[in-house]
Amino acid sequence: MTYNIDAIRADFPILSREVNGKPLVYLDNGASAQKPKVVIDAITQAYSHEYANVHRGLHYLSNLATDKYEAVRGKVAQFLGVPDENEIVFTSGTTEAFNLVSYGWGAHNLKAGDEIILSVMEHHANIVPWHFLRERLGVKLVWVDCDTNGDLDPQAVIDAMTPRTRMIAITHLSNVLGTVVDVKSICEAARARGIVTCVDGSQAAVHMPVNVADLGCDFYAITGHKLYGPSGSGAIYMKRARMDEMQPFMGGGDMIRDVHRDTITWNDPPMKFEAGTPGIVQQIGLGVALDYMMGVGMEAIAAHETSLRDYARTRLDGLNWLNVQGKSATKAAIFSFTLEGAAHAHDISTVLDKKGVAVRAGHHCAQPLMDHMGVPATCRASFAMYNTTDEVDALVDALELCHDLFA
Amino acid sequence: MATEAFEELAETFEFLDDWEDRYRHVIDMGKAFPPLDDAVKVPATKVDGCASQVWILPRIEGQGPEAQFDFEGESDAMIVRGLIAVLHALYAGLSVKDVGAVDAPAELARLGLNDHLSAQRSNGLRAMVERIRKTAQEAATV
Repeated sequence: MTYNIDAIRADFPILSREVNGKPLVYLDNGASAQKPKVVIDAITQAYSHEYANVHRGLHYLSNLATDKYEAVRGKVAQFLGVPDENEIVFTSGTTEAFNLVSYGWGAHNLKAGDEIILSVMEHHANIVPWHFLRERLGVKLVWVDCDTNGDLDPQAVIDAMTPRTRMIAITHLSNVLGTVVDVKSICEAARARGIVTCVDGSQAAVHMPVNVADLGCDFYAITGHKLYGPSGSGAIYMKRARMDEMQPFMGGGDMIRDVHRDTITWNDPPMKFEAGTPGIVQQIGLGVALDYMMGVGMEAIAAHETSLRDYARTRLDGLNWLNVQGKSATKAAIFSFTLEGAAHAHDISTVLDKKGVAVRAGHHCAQPLMDHMGVPATCRASFAMYNTTDEVDALVDALELCHDLFA
Repeated sequence: MATEAFEELAETFEFLDDWEDRYRHVIDMGKAFPPLDDAVKVPATKVDGCASQVWILPRIEGQGPEAQFDFEGESDAMIVRGLIAVLHALYAGLSVKDVGAVDAPAELARLGLNDHLSAQRSNGLRAMVERIRKTAQEAATV
């Protein structure tokens, strides 16, 4: 079956708009993806006809909203290849997910001198919650660098494991370099040593099929807004054995069974880790987004983006004044770059914006990686399922104007 | 209320009808604007609220409301450096009292650069204008 890019683009209303008088070329998908009409319609439908609080009422609408909301757990499980949907905990996104692991698992299972291994490519969301444990418990953070191509040798991570290593917090796909990490090999070695693995799937789940059971990790977090779903939606897979070792992170409604003056008892997982009224409609929208992606097919999306990557790589390599960071052969279609000479990443993004091309400029919430690469900021063009080779050409044309303006 | 330098600039911009030429001119102004000595790039001169790094070093001659306002400045982004040069044309040579009377959004609109003041707040033009106005106001009330 051919990949019907025109039909897919037609599913995303925003892609037909103009920006600064030019057709929008949206290449900031790494930051957040646009939404297909089915997701937008599902949000309208939920609020128009099917909305009430979940898990609480016994009335018609509450039951309906609860059914719709809880059905998403199964969709996430299916999407991630998780056999038991009760190992899926809803979150507002990856940031909440890792804070949940840090407070819920780390704070109760780690002590001073224990080590957490991180790759230098981690997003701040998969760094800062571990810094909390360093500051509060005296846990040691051990960093593993990527090579000059941006590849991360799994053996380097394995070599960093010591008898004090308790956890590995690692990205499946770098949001800056596009590097795909061999998480499976790392998890296998970690499991053999009794080390817990916490994987950031924020980017990977968008661009390639993910099977958590095959990866063999303990935690795997995804965020809805990058998966063509609503902002404020997300989920984390947590292995049952880890859940059993965890304390609740946030307290409030939904996560309790009984509350008395002197005692409380928790609800069973996953509810134990879901305090308060959740993002009901956001999660319903996420379910629709995952259905949309699975309908197109993750293999098909990955193949389309691989061809985009190859085309973009060839075109960008032809610009001898452009420095692309991240040369991994198997990388995703994410390109960070700087311009030779004095132009700042913000200069470039400003001019690209004038041409209708949306990219991200800055440190991409990955300052340790920027330090490692020795650049204060880069521009990043990150592609998605709806981008085209014509848009690669539009990017290159706009970059040529930058080169002309700032040379 | 605009300075002679700014009136000249506005005249030049009248002949630049598309954004590309205006940006080219702003960038050229940035290239021609003298850089700051590294020694004065300190927290006190750094302007927060800019996506790129910006420093503004006020130079005020005289005392009271009639003191003459001038400044040096630099950014690591070239467009922003150009915008600093534009602000220099707008403010340098005014009395500190008159700095506060300049309607910066209206003046920059004459150059077609006013969108920097609203939508693209992150490039820091607004923060720079606020820093300049605040510095001048403090000098005027000493």
